[in-house]
Formats: sequence, structure tokens, C-alpha cells
Amino acid sequence: MLGDTDLAAIVLTLKLASVTTLLLLFIGTPIAWWLARTQSVMKGAVGAVVALPIVLPPTVIGFYLLVAMGPEGPVGQLTQSLGLGVLPFTFAGLVVASVFYSLPFVVQPIQNAFEAIGERPLEAAATLRASPLDTFFSVVLPLARPGYLTATVLGFAHTVGEFGVVLMIGGNIPDKTRVVSVQIYDHVEALEYTQAHWLAAGMMAFSFVVLLLLYTLNPTGRRR
Amino acid sequence: MSPDTGIRARFKLDYPGFSLDVDLDLPGRGVTALFGHSGSGKTTLLRAIAGLEHAPGGMLSVNGDVWQDDAVFRPTHQRPLGYVFQEASLFPHLDVQANLEYGQKRVPQAQRRVSLDQAVDMLNIGHLLTRKPARLSGGERQRVGIARALATSPRLLLMDEPLAALDHALKQEILPYLERLHDELDIPVLYVSHAPDEVARLADHIVVMEGGRAVAAGPLTDTLARLDLPIRLGEDAGVVLDAVVAARDEEWHLAHMEFAGGRLWVRDHGLPVGHRARVRILARDVSLARAPMSGTSILNTLPAVVVDSVDDAHPALTLVKLRVGESPLLARLTKRSAHALEITPGQLLYAQIKAVALIG
Repeated sequence: MLGDTDLAAIVLTLKLASVTTLLLLFIGTPIAWWLARTQSVMKGAVGAVVALPIVLPPTVIGFYLLVAMGPEGPVGQLTQSLGLGVLPFTFAGLVVASVFYSLPFVVQPIQNAFEAIGERPLEAAATLRASPLDTFFSVVLPLARPGYLTATVLGFAHTVGEFGVVLMIGGNIPDKTRVVSVQIYDHVEALEYTQAHWLAAGMMAFSFVVLLLLYTLNPTGRRR
Repeated sequence: MSPDTGIRARFKLDYPGFSLDVDLDLPGRGVTALFGHSGSGKTTLLRAIAGLEHAPGGMLSVNGDVWQDDAVFRPTHQRPLGYVFQEASLFPHLDVQANLEYGQKRVPQAQRRVSLDQAVDMLNIGHLLTRKPARLSGGERQRVGIARALATSPRLLLMDEPLAALDHALKQEILPYLERLHDELDIPVLYVSHAPDEVARLADHIVVMEGGRAVAAGPLTDTLARLDLPIRLGEDAGVVLDAVVAARDEEWHLAHMEFAGGRLWVRDHGLPVGHRARVRILARDVSLARAPMSGTSILNTLPAVVVDSVDDAHPALTLVKLRVGESPLLARLTKRSAHALEITPGQLLYAQIKAVALIG
């Protein structure tokens, strides 16, 4: 059955995924809007940077984040001068790393949703006296809701499933950085297959339910 | 036209392969049709007027209110206009009621002159208020789109081919509402269309666009009767006359329409005596004779004076402009017939009119 450390890992994982997803929705929205609307030559470059975590091994991202956030890195220097200490091997560090790691899974569905809306509803809103900001909240967000649902589910699930980045940035500190995926690894290392099974099967069931909900609530094909 | 009662629009826009260059003085009331083939720039002009197309260096004032000049550019949402798109472009996440309220609630109370109820009544959409746009027919959607634009109490209503996406039957369903709008509301309308029948029915003024330029502009009747213009209109060349139902012939189901210049028999559509309506006479339906003929099936023969004639698009044809009383009339003849009649300005002839369409 699940022990105390297992439960702690589950709680930590859920907390990390929730905080990360929430942050990503705020950060991802302007990025997705810009990517969906811009005609800048930078669009390709920015889009590629956002998509990097899809193709890179998590250890690469983890490594660079570790260097950047470490005591000698630029981010580390900044956090130290702000009196925040250094981020690696803390929960905050894990959140920052997760935000980078899961960024494309949130930005891309939202960007696709924005692009699918097209120009016309925005123009219609403008002719009905809505300012651009007003239009964003009264027309764009409601119409992009399916995209936001997808983004939330994917961002959350992907953060729950990360392993390499966590190991590089967070290490394996109980209650602070030891998430479920790391806990499973520990169990297997210690040949505690029963505990590993419980957690692993739990992850499987969780992922399945999440994706099932996504595909049921958010059928593909347009509902206009 | 004085600067504060009309619509002054001057735009110059350059796109690859297309440029818009217009300088227009349009009446500040009634329906003005922007007429032309696709690619003539009429929609671009409308979008520039709405501020949807950013036209630097342009100038636009509406009944004395400057919307755009060298110093000012009011973005679309700060222009008191209504815009009806070709596809209604309703917000799919809102029901009809919320679509209608969307614009209205963003207009300050003091500036509201058209109530929601009025807009709903005028377009007869009261029974649709709780529906989502996806559950409306094309014609219903367009009526909601028009009502939504009206509910913002616009100072200028812009309509971009509002009927073009509808089939013939739906067009006939909506046209009466547009006529009502014209008759009941004092809102100037710019109406983009490539359909001569819509223009003939709705417009008071017309601007003919071609290649991004306005090639003719003026009151509908005079402008349609210009000889340089019908050639561009091809088969649709003809005149539109304002008329009144003077009498009805119950036995033969005909109505006698009186216009400035005479009377015409048309099929009786049930309009009461005294009702104002327009009649349209196409140039190809008018033939000319030196003397009134007897023993013909043609009902309408009117004395007419030749004003001028020009070569038509086809080398075999000529277009003759005539005057019937105070009204213009166009006739399309072969050059051979024109030669046989020895057509010269000032000559008195008899115009035999094969078909008269009663519109509106």
C-alpha cells in the first residue's frame, strides 16, 4: 500500500502541477496571442524556442536551468541580489523549471484556438464599440475555451509526468522536491516493486482519466 | 454639399496589384450604393470608412464629425457606425439576445436612439431571442446581424453585400426589412453591392466603382441614365423611375403606374392606389418607332424625345438616351435600326416598352 512518503510525493506532485499550470495559463496567453497574431519575422524563432522542450531531452533543459539558476548563473545572481537565495533544489526552482518544460503544451493549444477564431469576430466586436482589451475578454476568451481546456489538461498532466528535469533541478528531497515520478524510481531502485506498482498504476489511471475527460469534453471538430 | 451635412471621404491605399483612390462627397442621408464588380474596391472603401482598413493620409467626416484626417484617426470602436458583414458574423457563444445587447450596452445611454425592442420589431426577430446563432437559418442570422448593428444607434450604417451570401428566396425575405429601415430610420446607409436589382430597389444614390476609382456618382435615376455608364452595366443597363400607383385594373390584374412623364401598365402586385414604388426599365426592353403602332402586343408606348446616342460595347449596338416628360429612358438598338430611324437629338419617337419591372 501507499506509505507516508508516497502520499507526501503525491501531494507535492499535485501542488507542483497546479501552481505550474496556473502560472502557465497567465504566461502562455500573451505568448500565444502574439504568436497567433504577429506578422513579425521573429514569429518563427519565438515559436521554435517555445517548442524546444518537446524535442530536447529533459536533462538538457534541466542542465541549463541548473547552470542559469545556480549561484554563478545570471538567474542565480539575480535571485541572490533580491534576497531569494538560489532556486535549484527548492520547490520554487522546480516550479520555474516545470514552467519552461511544459510551456509548449500550454501555448500551442491556446495559439491554435486563437488562430481558429480568425479576424472576423474581432472586427465585428470593434464595429460594436468594443475596445481591443474588451474584445479579448468578451469574445476571444469565450471562443478559445476549448483551447484553454486542452492547454490546462496537457500542462497539468505533462508536469505530473516529468522526471528528468525534476531530477536535475529538484533532486530528491522529501516534501520539497520529491515528486511521484522520482518516488517510483526510488522504489524500483530499492526493489520495492509493490509500492512502485501502486504509484505507477495510479499514474496510469490518472493519465487515462485525464485524457478521457479531455477527449470527451472537447471533441475535435468545430462546434460553430 | 456643405461639409457638415454629408459624408466626405478621401482615401488612397496601395496594395500589391490593387490601389484605391477615391475622393467622394456623399449625401448624409438615404441609401447610397457602392456598386461595382468584385475587385472594384467597394469593400475596401467600406472597410476604410469603418477604420478596419488603416488608410494613412485619408480623410473622413460624417455629417460634420471628423473620424479621420491628418491629425486624427479614430479606431473602429470609437466610430459611431453600424457594420453588417456579408456573413452575419454573429458571436457563436452568445444567444441572439446577448448578440443584440453586445453593441447596445457599449453605447452610452445618452446616445441611444434606437431601442432594442425597436430593432427587434423592425427585423421581426422577437421569436429568435433565446436561440444560438448556430440554430438560425442564413436569413435569420443576417436579420439578427442587421438588428445588432441598428441597436448601437449608428450615425452611419455600413452594409457589405448583406444579401450576397443568401439565395434568391432569402434575399426576397430580407429586402422588405431593408426597405423598412430606409423608410423608418433616419440613418444614412452605405450599401455595397454588385447586384443591380438590389441597387435599383434600395438606393437613392449610387457610386459606381471600377479598379479602385469612383467612375460615377450621383442620384440613382440620373446616374443610371448616363450614357457613359450603361455600357459598363451590360445587360443590366436601364433606368429606375419613382412612380405612384394611379389606378388598378381588376379585370386584367394590371396596375397603372404614374411617373414624371407618363403612365405605365405593370402587373398588379396588390399595391394600393397612392402607394409609392419604383419601376425599372431595362434598355434592352425598349424599342423605338417613328409612329405609334397599332396591332401590337406591347402595352406601354410612350412619346419620347431623343437626347443623345453612343456606341455600345458590341459594335452592332447603340445606346439611345431619351426623355419621356421629365424622366430619362434608355433604349438599346442595333446600329442598323438606328440608321434606319435616322436618330438625331431632338427627334420625337415612340418608345415601346416590352417589360416593366415593379420593384419595392
